[in-house]
Amino acid sequence: MTVLNPLLPQVAKIVKIKAETPTIKTYRVVMPDGSKPFEHIPGQCAMISVPPVGEALFSITSSPTQEEYMEFSIVKTGSVTNFLHEVEEGFEIGIRGPYGNGFPLESFKGKDILFIGGGIGLAPLRSLINYCLDKREEFGKIDIVYGARTPDDMIQKDEIFKIWPEAPDTEVHLTVDTEWEGWEGRVGFVPQCVEEICFSPENRIAVTCGPPIMIKFVLQGLDRLGFTPEQIVTTLELRMKCGVGKCGRCNIGDKYVCKDGPVFTYAQLLNMPPEY
Amino acid sequence: MKKINKEKLPALWERLADEAALYLPVEEDGVVNFAPWKEGAAVNLDVINTMVPPKHLVFPQSENYLRFHVEGSKLEIEPLDVDGPYVVFGARPCDVAGIAIIDKLFLDEPCDTLYKERRDNGTIISLGCNEPEETCFCTSFDLEPGFSPDADISTWDLGEYLLWEPRNEKGQALTAKLDDLLEAADSGAAQAVEKLRQDAASREAAVVREHGWEVQGVKEALEDKFDSEIWDEIYRRCLGCGVCTYLCPTCHCFDVQDYSKGQEGLRFRCWDSCMFGDFTLMAHGENPRPTQKERVRQRFMHKLLYYPSNFEVYACVGCGRCVRKCPVSIDITQVIKAAGGVE
Repeated sequence: MTVLNPLLPQVAKIVKIKAETPTIKTYRVVMPDGSKPFEHIPGQCAMISVPPVGEALFSITSSPTQEEYMEFSIVKTGSVTNFLHEVEEGFEIGIRGPYGNGFPLESFKGKDILFIGGGIGLAPLRSLINYCLDKREEFGKIDIVYGARTPDDMIQKDEIFKIWPEAPDTEVHLTVDTEWEGWEGRVGFVPQCVEEICFSPENRIAVTCGPPIMIKFVLQGLDRLGFTPEQIVTTLELRMKCGVGKCGRCNIGDKYVCKDGPVFTYAQLLNMPPEY
Repeated sequence: MKKINKEKLPALWERLADEAALYLPVEEDGVVNFAPWKEGAAVNLDVINTMVPPKHLVFPQSENYLRFHVEGSKLEIEPLDVDGPYVVFGARPCDVAGIAIIDKLFLDEPCDTLYKERRDNGTIISLGCNEPEETCFCTSFDLEPGFSPDADISTWDLGEYLLWEPRNEKGQALTAKLDDLLEAADSGAAQAVEKLRQDAASREAAVVREHGWEVQGVKEALEDKFDSEIWDEIYRRCLGCGVCTYLCPTCHCFDVQDYSKGQEGLRFRCWDSCMFGDFTLMAHGENPRPTQKERVRQRFMHKLLYYPSNFEVYACVGCGRCVRKCPVSIDITQVIKAAGGVE
């Protein structure tokens, strides 16, 4: 059997681009024959190439239960992403993956799940949320706390406003940082929202992703609510080049985020140097 | 065991160069480095440490690995072939150990096939050290100056002759092709090698003892040193030049970049350094290692704690290049001492 060079991307095609916010777009990607690029588990990532600009790692935002395509929600923030924000549907990219460990699905089964996302941090959570909703009977109650600076900065508006709130035994709690014209929902930061709703740690897993400052306060809040570090799961990002634990830049201590992560429990993070 | 009269070495090199690309220590402008052999090359088998270790022969400083063609929205990607067979002659045991150490990372799952293919194409002929240099401390890392267990063929310099011993199938295959140039070694060869190894090891052990460069327990000692004040002092004079990483036989961090001309382009990987500020700088401007302190700590912790945690071997072979070439005299042996890894 020939083992392929893990750094070698395959050509894939962007078939749909949805503008989520002024700086975030969601890209739907398939292989040239129309198939999904590869199988993955929620929380895993893929390396996307736009030669000659370069390559960058993105979390896969679509659920593995979506059998037809893969999706990525991408913020315009660097050379690769600036370029991607200029391309149109039909554009071909390179793709390789999947990378990383993904969420520990087995340990989530039968439990209530509290998702806590901020801004673009919803992207990796969405893969797991839709997975849980597609396998509804395997999980307990689902709560989704999601916040953004303003309503305009929220992504996946169809899902957060319409589809998820109507799913069985599922509640969506949305918040914006400050008062906003036309917004009648919650106002306040995500960590504050989590504490106000006062989620019980009983048989519940909290999964969080967002800006580092949000995660920091979410962790403190969950601690006050009685969640143990083992009950809290997060997903990290660091600069990466190879995605396979070789290039040496995404390590936190002896763990490589691309390979041993990006998903870690808070209990694991407490045993790692705070270099992320 | 075989031997070859040193006068016959040019004929041996010529033969090896017919078989494969041959690299060996060549002196040019007073500097000895591994270079392709050509007739009349100033081969220097006396120098212990070449300026740059032969790591670049298994892991090139820059390596193209795919070609792309972009036309409008269309993209084509095509892998590039890896260079063919090569022989490294005269690699010192520390440098061969360096290659064996990075093998562990690159060949670990998922296997870096680009590395593996190049690695498989190479045959490494080591040359045992008779005398250590002043900055050698390979014995601190349980390596032997006189012997390289990881080479395909081991050789030893006995003055008039080089003793020659293939160590595996690859080494035997190459040795078979050189049958007319090699002679059977004398009956006392094994004892001569044994003596050379013991002498070299004890001479180096004496240097290591004199300087207090023993390494026992440094991994364990560093386990609780992430927040230690030792890093507050060590990093202050670091210029972030990265020479330590570029000259290190075990540093293996790389960058991936594209190069293009019109619609055609190449993607390559090239050595990178944890000493550089943008090594971990993210697109949105955050950097988990914002100052030289975190970077210096990363380099030493990676070599002495993280790498052994993952691969059960220190990522240092005690060659002493970083000690000699650091422009501000940052010295890994001092770090080991400061960490408390010396009994």
